Amino acid sequence: MSDTNPVLTMTAISKFFPGVRALDGVDLRLFPGEVHALMGENGAGKSTLIKVLTGVYGHDSGSITLGGETVSFSGPMQATEAGVSTVYQEVNLCPNLSVAENIFIGRQPRRLGAVRWRDMRRRASAVLARLNPDLDVGELLGNQSLAVQQMVAIARAVDVRARVLILDEPTSSLDTDEVKQLMRIMRQLRDEGIAIVFVTHFLDQVYEIADRITVLRNGRLVGEYPTAELPQLALVEKMIGKDLDALERLDEQAGRDLAAVETGTPVVEATGLGRSGSVEPFSLTIHRGEVVGMAGLLGSGRTEAARLFFGADRADHGRLAVDGRPVTIRGPVAAIEHDIAFCSENRRTEGLVGELSVRENIILALQAARGWLRPVPRRRQDELVRRYIDALSIRPADPEMPVRNLSGGNQQKVVLARWLITEPRLLILDEPTRGIDVGAKAEIQRLVVQLSDGGMAVLFISAELEEVLRLSHKVAVMRDRQLVTELANDDDLDADRVMRVIAGGAEQKDGTRQ
Amino acid sequence: MSTSQLVERPDRTTRWRLPRRQLPVLVSLALLLVMYGIGVSQYQAFSNIQVVFNVFIDNGFLLVVAVGMTFVILTGGIDLSVGSVVAMTAMVSAALLRDGLPPALVLLIALLIGPTLGFVMGCVIHFFEIQPFIVTLAGMFFARGLCTWISSSSIPITDGFWTSAAQERIRIGENFLTVGVLITVAVVAVAAYTLAYTRLGRNVYAIGGNPQSALLMGLPVGRTRIAVYTISGLCSAIGGILLSFYTLSGAPLIAVGMELDAIAAVVIGGTLLTGGAGYVLGTVLGVLVLGVIQTLITFDGTLNSWWTKIVIGGLLFAFIVLQRLLGFRKKSLSTR
Repeated sequence: MSDTNPVLTMTAISKFFPGVRALDGVDLRLFPGEVHALMGENGAGKSTLIKVLTGVYGHDSGSITLGGETVSFSGPMQATEAGVSTVYQEVNLCPNLSVAENIFIGRQPRRLGAVRWRDMRRRASAVLARLNPDLDVGELLGNQSLAVQQMVAIARAVDVRARVLILDEPTSSLDTDEVKQLMRIMRQLRDEGIAIVFVTHFLDQVYEIADRITVLRNGRLVGEYPTAELPQLALVEKMIGKDLDALERLDEQAGRDLAAVETGTPVVEATGLGRSGSVEPFSLTIHRGEVVGMAGLLGSGRTEAARLFFGADRADHGRLAVDGRPVTIRGPVAAIEHDIAFCSENRRTEGLVGELSVRENIILALQAARGWLRPVPRRRQDELVRRYIDALSIRPADPEMPVRNLSGGNQQKVVLARWLITEPRLLILDEPTRGIDVGAKAEIQRLVVQLSDGGMAVLFISAELEEVLRLSHKVAVMRDRQLVTELANDDDLDADRVMRVIAGGAEQKDGTRQ
Repeated sequence: MSTSQLVERPDRTTRWRLPRRQLPVLVSLALLLVMYGIGVSQYQAFSNIQVVFNVFIDNGFLLVVAVGMTFVILTGGIDLSVGSVVAMTAMVSAALLRDGLPPALVLLIALLIGPTLGFVMGCVIHFFEIQPFIVTLAGMFFARGLCTWISSSSIPITDGFWTSAAQERIRIGENFLTVGVLITVAVVAVAAYTLAYTRLGRNVYAIGGNPQSALLMGLPVGRTRIAVYTISGLCSAIGGILLSFYTLSGAPLIAVGMELDAIAAVVIGGTLLTGGAGYVLGTVLGVLVLGVIQTLITFDGTLNSWWTKIVIGGLLFAFIVLQRLLGFRKKSLSTR
């Protein structure tokens, strides 16, 4: 490959933000017809590098050449026109417009200044025919699944005669089959000669599709490697820059003793709890010091079930008991009074107030529990926040930094800290490790183990079975909005068996515990 | 175990759906027909086609202003200055005509003031990232203040061009329309075309749908935003001219609160206050609904004219709740 010339090179790029050196002399080379994975932990500078490339940010030093000519884009529009298109993690399209219009807006076919709708729809169908033949381009985008929306975003990107296509964490919201479709599309575009930058946290996907890997750490370039010459373990080491003891030590926790924790009155006990149209009635007990994993596919009702415990949705069937006493939880405030905490899956939209500082975000739930008339003294705030910043190693360790300036993994830790500070007895974690890097993931997993050893009951929801199996005493499996079974996490239980249950195999009732 | 089994999940698209985009407009249309039906069944004279024409004649300026407001609201903004700009335009025209300027020049000047103020407000909103509410509130006070500065009392218009434009009757069989109605229809037609068939129009919808996305999709967000406030200013200026045709005077305290009528008409016409969905045709229906309510109350004769406000208030509530319900469904779909 190296005998051809790179279509795009970034050389010695540096970018400073007030007080932060976000990029420090980073290089990136992209060859036509190649998938190039850009890897690094949260905060390594991947997003900044991409924003510099597409002109969202300017760069303080270094140069960018596209097709041999030095370029410096003033914004995404100019970059797109030059052939550098980006598809972001959150689909950046307009849900109120049709699929066809989302592909063509800004460059609709026109005659005498008038948009030619029929022509546009026809061309949209033609573009999408390569990617997803049976999609009605006249439909509103907002009515489509996230995967289809992403496909439309890619269609928009490549229709502009893209030479470079940047996919910024495209797979983090997709399920297995949708990821496969995306991979197929990526291969197709690669074979057409497009250089693809693939940013992701999923190592498997990198090894499935990437030809070359560039690794960043703390805003610096670690190196560029052909995928075949960089084993997975070596990649992780380069990304986190420390040995993997942390992850391995956790593995020894496997097979946790269920009988030991299932004693006494459960912290919470749901009996026939359900909400019509959302989740079928289910029963579940969680004891002191017990971690209950909840497994299932996207949309299987995992989050919906968790929301009933927290009162974020009102249950219309069944009963909930806390410490054996029946309670009605009318809303999150009531749940907090019963010492139930909920770390939501969408930390950006539901969990954090981006404008407020780390300290203010952490104090929020504690303050809510105390009532607004009894402010937490500033000295105590500082002391608590300092303790949790250290305990969770939130970086940068500045309590007054606005939360939106933190990377994804660190934001997740702030959400966690906020709930831990209220010392809950039941902690509900909904996808706490999604979209965060390996190091932060291990830290959060270790924390869950510590907390449960300390007597906290944890409901742990995750799409990653390995993670669920590593942490849980028992696993509740959701499918089609039903809790289909509970599996004790003994030595026999492995990912394959859980997968079979999720997929709706034979194992229904005989796999239940005891 | 095949993968297709693994990824099966409830289909979200099979549920029965109304044409959601057009639903609010259809509701407005139904409402208008019901009201008109009530009028016809109660009062014999109501079925006279001139009643409908009069609704247009009496509300033409409001309709033009509401069309401009539709552009602004479609981007998710708001323009509170329109009523004052209408009054200012009428006032400036009256004062300049009184001073003996030729009508063509007066028309030109009057039509430039509104868009200029709109352009300035658009620039402030875009470049300083200030809420449209506050910026146009300032514009509203500014323009209203200017009216009273020109004259604290009403200035009559006696110019020949103006009076002939005001009194010209365009006969259609037994009935008639005014010049103002023709201008109104032209404005509506141009606006509807602009929104449906030009890039500017489509960008307006995109910005209302998701401004962040619109920016990342490379659309000229700033230019479009400034354009809609300029358009709204132009529509207010045209509305002001129409009002001066209608009243043959400029008065400092005329059209007070008109911005609220315009917003009400746009909302009752089915345009989402959050932006991104709505049609000029809906706004036409919204203004007609307001006009028919007024006519009904006039026909009744016993009701206080403030009943108009009470009914409009009730309708606004109903439509905002409708929007909320539709918006809620949209949200629940997109978070899936």
